Amino acid sequence: MTTVGARVGARVGARVGARVGARVGIVTFPGSLDDRDAMRAVRVAGAEPVSLWHGDADLHDVDAVIVPGGFSYGDYLRAGAIARFAPVMGPLVVAAREGMPVLGICNGFQVLCETHLLPGALVRNVAQRFICRDVPLVVDNAATAWTSAYENGQHIVVPIKNIDGCFVGSKRLLDELEATGRVVVRYADGAPNGSMRDIAGVCNETGTIVGMMPHPEHAIDDLTGPGVGGLGFFTSLVSRLVDA
Amino acid sequence: MTFKIESHNHPSYVEPYQGAATGVGGIVRDILTMGARPVAVMDSLRFGRIDAPDTARVLPGVVAGIGGYGNCLGLPNVGGEVYFDDSYAGNPLVNALCVGVMRTDGIKLAKADGPGNHVVLFGARTGGDGIGGASVLASATFDDDGKPAKRPSVQVGDPFTEKLLIECCLAIFAADLVVGIQDLGAAGLSCAITELASAGDVGMRVRLDVVPLRDSSLAPEEILMSESQERMCAVVEPEKLARVLELCERWGVTATAIGEVTDTGRVDIGWHNEQIADLPPRSVAHDGPIYDRPIRRPDDLDALQADSPAVLRRPSTVDELRETLLRMISAPNLAGKRWVTDQYDRYVQGNTALAHPHDAGVIRIDESTGLGVAVATDGNGRYCRLDPYVGAQLALAEAYRNVAACGSRPVAVTDCLNFGSPEDPTVMWQFAETVQGLADGCVELGTPVTGGNVSFYNQTGSTPINPTPVIGMLGVIADVANRVRIGWPEGCRLLLLGSTRDEFGGSEWAWHVHGHLGGRPPTVDLAAERALADVLVGAADAGLLRAAHDLSDGGLAQALVESAIAGCVGASVRLPGDPFVALFSESAARAVVAVDPAEEAAFGDLCAGAGVVCTVLGETGGSMLTVDGVFDVSLDELRAAHKSPLPARFD
Repeated sequence: MTTVGARVGARVGARVGARVGARVGIVTFPGSLDDRDAMRAVRVAGAEPVSLWHGDADLHDVDAVIVPGGFSYGDYLRAGAIARFAPVMGPLVVAAREGMPVLGICNGFQVLCETHLLPGALVRNVAQRFICRDVPLVVDNAATAWTSAYENGQHIVVPIKNIDGCFVGSKRLLDELEATGRVVVRYADGAPNGSMRDIAGVCNETGTIVGMMPHPEHAIDDLTGPGVGGLGFFTSLVSRLVDA
Repeated sequence: MTFKIESHNHPSYVEPYQGAATGVGGIVRDILTMGARPVAVMDSLRFGRIDAPDTARVLPGVVAGIGGYGNCLGLPNVGGEVYFDDSYAGNPLVNALCVGVMRTDGIKLAKADGPGNHVVLFGARTGGDGIGGASVLASATFDDDGKPAKRPSVQVGDPFTEKLLIECCLAIFAADLVVGIQDLGAAGLSCAITELASAGDVGMRVRLDVVPLRDSSLAPEEILMSESQERMCAVVEPEKLARVLELCERWGVTATAIGEVTDTGRVDIGWHNEQIADLPPRSVAHDGPIYDRPIRRPDDLDALQADSPAVLRRPSTVDELRETLLRMISAPNLAGKRWVTDQYDRYVQGNTALAHPHDAGVIRIDESTGLGVAVATDGNGRYCRLDPYVGAQLALAEAYRNVAACGSRPVAVTDCLNFGSPEDPTVMWQFAETVQGLADGCVELGTPVTGGNVSFYNQTGSTPINPTPVIGMLGVIADVANRVRIGWPEGCRLLLLGSTRDEFGGSEWAWHVHGHLGGRPPTVDLAAERALADVLVGAADAGLLRAAHDLSDGGLAQALVESAIAGCVGASVRLPGDPFVALFSESAARAVVAVDPAEEAAFGDLCAGAGVVCTVLGETGGSMLTVDGVFDVSLDELRAAHKSPLPARFD
């Protein structure tokens, strides 16, 4: 257990006594891969992970949802294109529009773009290859539901692992995202996948829905990842839910 | 634990992407059929020269295939090897290894039992792909013109279906719903049902007309022989059939009861109202032909062994040594392999405690205790060409050393034996020597061989590949938090363990600098390997190792450079004896370790107790690799030389 995790976990644990702990749903589509890893990160951050099945149109009273990484439905047709029609997405989209915090990681980001909960699109990496690498990121907006544990401008290291990770949008969209603080994280040393304006993650207008290509659930300790740089995404959410 | 390595060499030459992809798929299903959850994969790859035109076709395809399939399954790829040598130009080697975890009381056997039980085929629909894949492709020698005659024989994989199959099988195992299970590999359904039936000493009645097809025009014999991927065959008791079909439906996996177990002792295969086959299963599954192949020591071996590398010109000035260092670390076989490994997901499942470029991959298997396993693969075709008995033992010793260097106790071996045509008596001699070397070596190291695979006919025309046994070694580590990395921290004492001799036969230096292959491979001393492993594992357990790296291809120089680059920390080193020999000899049973100066005495005691020679090399720190009186090189220069060769060739 890391110091950050221990500190946040202890704080949450102390408060959670009275209230039932924060429940975070993690969606499993056929082909989801990092769903168990997202659950582990939620647990380390001090909340209760709840498995949500793609074929079940019910969010089971969760307080927030993570759409994890993987290759939902084999990424056939286009990454995330089929997942948007899964039964679970019905109530998820409604809840997200009503303000429920939602985090899409990698394939989850692609799914949220396909459902138009987030703007832009993810296309094939410029080198046309899968890239698995630890990348330095800079937090551009530390005011979202998923980034309040960070400070604006903070540098963190989080792995990427994808083949369709190149974020694209019209100039108008990109200008608007930048002007309204909706770029949440950027690649600090240039985008390894060709993402426009080095964008690694974006959010909706209210900062409740965040999508990002890097995998924060794989940066929650020194043992299995490149440090604890990703843990803040989960502790941010837990603080918000417990303080609410 | 269960683990196994298997070849997919010929399909990967014909169609690199699909060949390599289905190689991953096949080995993963082998692990799955044991009742185990696959937890990691790795790949041992060999190609022709890096600058050969065909390598530019084969390597990117193979790597993309392994990544495309493995990444989609959610299995971390944690290590392996990439080598280049002319001998593999028309015959690349693609050996895939998978590790799985299960409870010992949950082991599933490929055995049918209980007349009246259902035979359930589930997974992908059966198509016309891969018919005769194993028989006509894997066992054919490619023609000299390199044009494979059997292109449609390569199977086509669908990793998404395999991922669903994995989850579906694990759910079925967890509910204890099958009597026996077998994956469909070579020779497809025909092989699976006869193996299941003969293992259980029962009969089986199967109807081919109910097999779900991708191509409705398939003839019954094609249905029997199809090697369509992502299929399993299970034996299920009648009262559990509904539950199995329900779990398959939940995971979107097509499942069909295609027949039943009988007490006739015969396999009865029907198609509509016609009987296609009726035979005792042992005749197909077990009573294979037994060969007695002629064996002959290669005629050129004496001349080859007499051609000592002692005659080769060695660098003599400090400038030449510096230049040799940079030339060696940028040799294709020694250069950084991130161009390859960056295409593999090493993080998924969240249990990867070490992955490439470390000596072994380390996977946590129990989050509550930190219990984990380490796996490494090694092989050296040049050593084996010079002396297959010794070469095989060197590969075994290196894998053993790699696993120990990361702090884990080596416990078991899987091997993939890649050879030319067994009809060539000299190849058969290489094979026999290799097997004997491995058998003797495993006895001495106390590491049983749990399984593996033999790949013959790896040759173009009449020229076989270098004999290449690839050894996969599994180790156990009590707490993965104690695993040892190769990168140095600052301020450590750097120690060389083991003895260095003037050994350059089959070395990377002789090959890369002089294009020379001759003499004798390095001496094998398995007692010394055991003692070294005892020191490494004991020191890791006691928390004495800040870093460790085994010495193998490229010798001490390569190990120093890899450790410096991995930790972004330099070192100042004083070489014992002749600097060229100290830097580039490939003597076995050696490692370089970094220890805290305060713990040097305790570590020294450990070495003395085990009888391992321990030589002080110097101290870690700074941003230069300095070899006293010889040269100094900045980490930036080392990094640039080491990482550029693959991107320069394949980007």
